Amino acid sequence: MTYLAKPKLHHPSLPVNRLGYTRRDYEGTVSTLCAGCGHDSISAAIVQACFELDVAPHRLAKLSGIGCSSKTPTYFLGNSHGFNSVHGRMPSVLTGANLANRDLIYLGVSGDGDSASIGFGQFAHSVRRGVDMVYIVENNGVYGLTKGQFSATADRGSKSKRGVTNMDAAIDMVSIALQMGATYVARSFSGDKAQLAPLIKGAIRHRGAAFIDVISPCVAFNNHPGSTKSYDYVREHNEAVNFLDVMIGRGPITTEYAPGELREVVQHDGSVLRLRKLREDYDPGNRIIAMNMLQERAAKGEIVTGLLYVDPQPVDLHAHLNTVETPLNQLGERELIPGREILEHLNSSLR
Amino acid sequence: MKPTDISSPDYFHKVVDCQWACPTHTPVPEYIRMIAAGRYSDAYMVNWKSNVFPGILGRTCDRPCEPACRRGRVEKEPVAICRLKRVAADYKNDIRERLPSIPKQKNGKRVALVGAGPASLTVARDLAPLGYHIVIYDGDPYAGGMMRSQIPKFRLPDTVLDEEVGYILGMGIETRFGERVESIKALLSAKGKSAYDAIFVGCGAPRGRDLDVPGRKEAAGNIHLGIDWLASVSFGHTTRIGKRVLVLGGGNTAMDCCRSAKRLGGEDVRVVVRSGFEEMKASPWEKEDAAHEGIPIFNYMVPKSVTHENGHVTGMMFEKVRAEYDEKRRRSLIPTGEPDVYMECDDILVAVGQENAFPWIEHDVGIEFDRWGLPVLDPATLQSTVANVFFGGDAAFGPKNIIWAVAHGHAAAISIDKLCHGEDVRERPAPFWNLMSQKMGIHEWSYDNQVSLDERYRVPIKDNKVSLKDIRIEVENGYDPALALAEAERCLNCDVQTVFSSKLCIECDACVDICPMDCITFTREGDENDLRGRLNAPANNASQDLYVSGVLKTGRIMVKDEDVCLHCSLCAERCPTGAWDMQKFLLQMTDAGPACRSRSKELTTS
Ligand SMILES: Cc1cc2nc3c(=O)[nH]c(=O)nc-3n(C[C@H](O)[C@H](O)[C@H](O)COP(=O)(O)OP(=O)(O)OC[C@H]3O[C@@H](n4cnc5c(N)ncnc54)[C@H](O)[C@@H]3O)c2cc1C
Ligand SMILES: Cc1ncc(C[n+]2csc(CCOP(=O)(O)OP(=O)(O)O)c2C)c(N)n1
Ligand code: SF4
Ligand code: SF4
Ligand code: SF4
Ligand SMILES: [Mg+2]
Repeated sequence: MTYLAKPKLHHPSLPVNRLGYTRRDYEGTVSTLCAGCGHDSISAAIVQACFELDVAPHRLAKLSGIGCSSKTPTYFLGNSHGFNSVHGRMPSVLTGANLANRDLIYLGVSGDGDSASIGFGQFAHSVRRGVDMVYIVENNGVYGLTKGQFSATADRGSKSKRGVTNMDAAIDMVSIALQMGATYVARSFSGDKAQLAPLIKGAIRHRGAAFIDVISPCVAFNNHPGSTKSYDYVREHNEAVNFLDVMIGRGPITTEYAPGELREVVQHDGSVLRLRKLREDYDPGNRIIAMNMLQERAAKGEIVTGLLYVDPQPVDLHAHLNTVETPLNQLGERELIPGREILEHLNSSLR
Repeated sequence: MKPTDISSPDYFHKVVDCQWACPTHTPVPEYIRMIAAGRYSDAYMVNWKSNVFPGILGRTCDRPCEPACRRGRVEKEPVAICRLKRVAADYKNDIRERLPSIPKQKNGKRVALVGAGPASLTVARDLAPLGYHIVIYDGDPYAGGMMRSQIPKFRLPDTVLDEEVGYILGMGIETRFGERVESIKALLSAKGKSAYDAIFVGCGAPRGRDLDVPGRKEAAGNIHLGIDWLASVSFGHTTRIGKRVLVLGGGNTAMDCCRSAKRLGGEDVRVVVRSGFEEMKASPWEKEDAAHEGIPIFNYMVPKSVTHENGHVTGMMFEKVRAEYDEKRRRSLIPTGEPDVYMECDDILVAVGQENAFPWIEHDVGIEFDRWGLPVLDPATLQSTVANVFFGGDAAFGPKNIIWAVAHGHAAAISIDKLCHGEDVRERPAPFWNLMSQKMGIHEWSYDNQVSLDERYRVPIKDNKVSLKDIRIEVENGYDPALALAEAERCLNCDVQTVFSSKLCIECDACVDICPMDCITFTREGDENDLRGRLNAPANNASQDLYVSGVLKTGRIMVKDEDVCLHCSLCAERCPTGAWDMQKFLLQMTDAGPACRSRSKELTTS
């Protein structure tokens, strides 16, 4: 943590994107989190992803609940829309906002407490409804903001800073998301931006419910021996199944790959997910196989990371509801109050 | 790439760009912080120790530190290091008590200094407090050398010069002013009580180069050699010049000539230069100052002839040229073929170069000269081919500037001190340095780490109407304390170093994320060229080092490009384990005296 604002000065060769912004233009105010908190690295990855995708800041809304993780939207995308909701209620607020204005990019940022405890139901329902969003859980296994109680994602058998062992079963957010029908599911680690930033980019370009579980060590309360969410533990047990590169349109493949090593997935919006396989037996195109594989690996104590599942042709909430293309908040009085005749017609159809 | 060795002082010294570039290695950020704190006398003494003439240099220094200053790579302009030095001199209290005391009991060694310019005065200042008997000769009636005879009073008032020269002359030095040394043999062969243990030659480069064009001789009365003319102006012998003046040359002498002429009755004063504007030897600020006083500069014009009537100059003819460069970037001036240009004038000032001359050094005393007429010297010790004769300042390697003269003076004083103690002069003393954490609290440092975004402040000057009236009126007023504070805040405190300890790093990326300048990268090992190309921001400035750690837990290394680091401490504030710390690197050169000697031997009395 620091009291000082980050100086406006930047590296003389800092690149600009197609909108003329530098990466620094996507930052927010200076973070007040603990020094070394994994959440800050996730913010930096979000900044990088939005910069690289030329996201127009005013076309994105960031929403969060309560927690250290939920505070982070203040620290990135300072020129975007933001809503800090009550604890665990981010998914509902995001769903409502998305229904009202389908034209924005929705970025939900939450914590394991916010999403796996008090907001567990909200999380599950927003995913099963297929809300077009990027849902990031900054997963540290504790309630950081309230001083480090175990959260629902803490592994059974892991130890708190004070030496107390957690006896409850852990909720695996990735498995739940897959089960609830998320169409883009990934897991990553705050300490590996090279892996994380492309996963966020792919999720932003995904036109359905995209979920990313990011393991993010809490340096204050959960970075000790005995924790399964510490920097050291995650580094030791991290098993990346693939490496993602997000292309807008199909670019030339410059690096050499062994046969079968590279897999390209073209998403609905034309973006290309170029996946370099790190594990031969992993297939992110098949949900059932992916779910099985995840369970097997978890049983071996591996923390599987990478793009775990993607459906390139997702169907989202607006499609389910058959809403008009025009965002609802832009409809005029004529469309919204079509007159007595139409009402009569509607009423009679329901009799 | 090998992990950086921070146990050698050079690594961090280089990071302090200004101090590294300063010939006397003045601890610049240290004194700038003192100025910001209003500690003007302390700031003055830090300067005085290193560069001897803070008030003079704060007005006239060639400032090699400023082009080197990191601030100039981070935004448009460097910190006004030079003019801040002047602030210390302007606002200090009486510092005489803080000057070294002079021992009543002398050490029995006598040293002759030829010339009383900045080089000799520095030797005197370093040796007199050690008990040496110093005899200083100058052909001129006053001390100061070219600082007095050449630099015009509107840039450097006599009061400032007198004060700082006075501190040294007040050290019990025997002065022989108005006494030109006509023979070095006489000095070398003096016997008994008047014998010298060492001789320092600080006689400068006194000869102005002349012009050789038709008409030069016939019109000699109106054609003056720049440095002779400036000296005669400085000593009050010349007080007027014609209305139309041509100044030939593009160096600092030309700039001082034209601005002086403008104050002595010159109405139409022009500078005419063979080269282009950019290649002129004068510093950019000198050209700006001349332009500000309404003096035009004509480039790419080669003098062809002087026209005259009845022995009086009437004008000059110039040939127009353009520059062409061969593959080796060597320049030649090619006539453009355009008609020659004629300019009318009443006086011509020739400022086309300066040369060394040693008519008083006999050829048979063993002092060797090279084919350019410069003495053969060991560049580190300044010792000539006669063991007890040393050279410094403009006399050593040709015309340079005051700060180099001072640096030479320090080096020669060390050599003389070692020689007189029977030591090998080639063994040079290491500098004094230390590294101290500046941490005061979780996010509190003992320096102001907030980076000012202000652009360089202009030094207030007098209106032309006032300053052109009298050649003794100083043009610049200097910063007032409020401006000085604002300018001082622009300094990035490059001496407060980012010190990394690999053992503590947990590779959480916090420093990488917070660094505003993208200085820090964690990456796999590689050689320097490879690394420079694949850091978070390209490290294209090869003159700036990479700070490289040993291998970390993940097998990667930490690489920090020092180039544009703001020394803002955010990396250290963000680091959860204290792997980054901000530590002040203070380096001071060792002067003559016990500290410079390998064995503090008793004097070998001869
Ligand atoms: C016009 C002009 C402007 C300049 N402006 C600047 C400036 O703004 N900033 C800057 O840093 N530098 C400037 N310089 C350069 C600077 O003045 C010199 O580099 C510096 O003074 C050299 O110092 P020194 O000690 O070697 O000798 P000098 O200053 O040259 O002093 C040598 C002294 O030795 C005396 N002397 C010579 N021979 C004998 C002898 N045989 N016996 C007795 N005495 C003798 C001379 O009378 C003279 O006083 C300028 C130079 C000129 C010509
Ligand atoms: C309704 C409600 N209940 C409880 C709290 C107290 N509370 C604040 S943050 C938090 C847990 C946050 O945990 P997590 O989402 O994991 O965030 P972290 O701080 O770990 O990033 C709790 C229980 C609250 N603010 N509101
Ligand atoms: S308490 Fe934990 S989660 Fe919260 S800011 Fe500190 S390190 Fe991050
Ligand atoms: S910013 Fe300050 S310390 Fe750094 S080079 Fe410039 S004057 Fe020196
Ligand atoms: S002090 Fe640290 S954070 Fe600041 S610019 Fe330098 S490396 Fe970056
Ligand atoms: Mg948490």
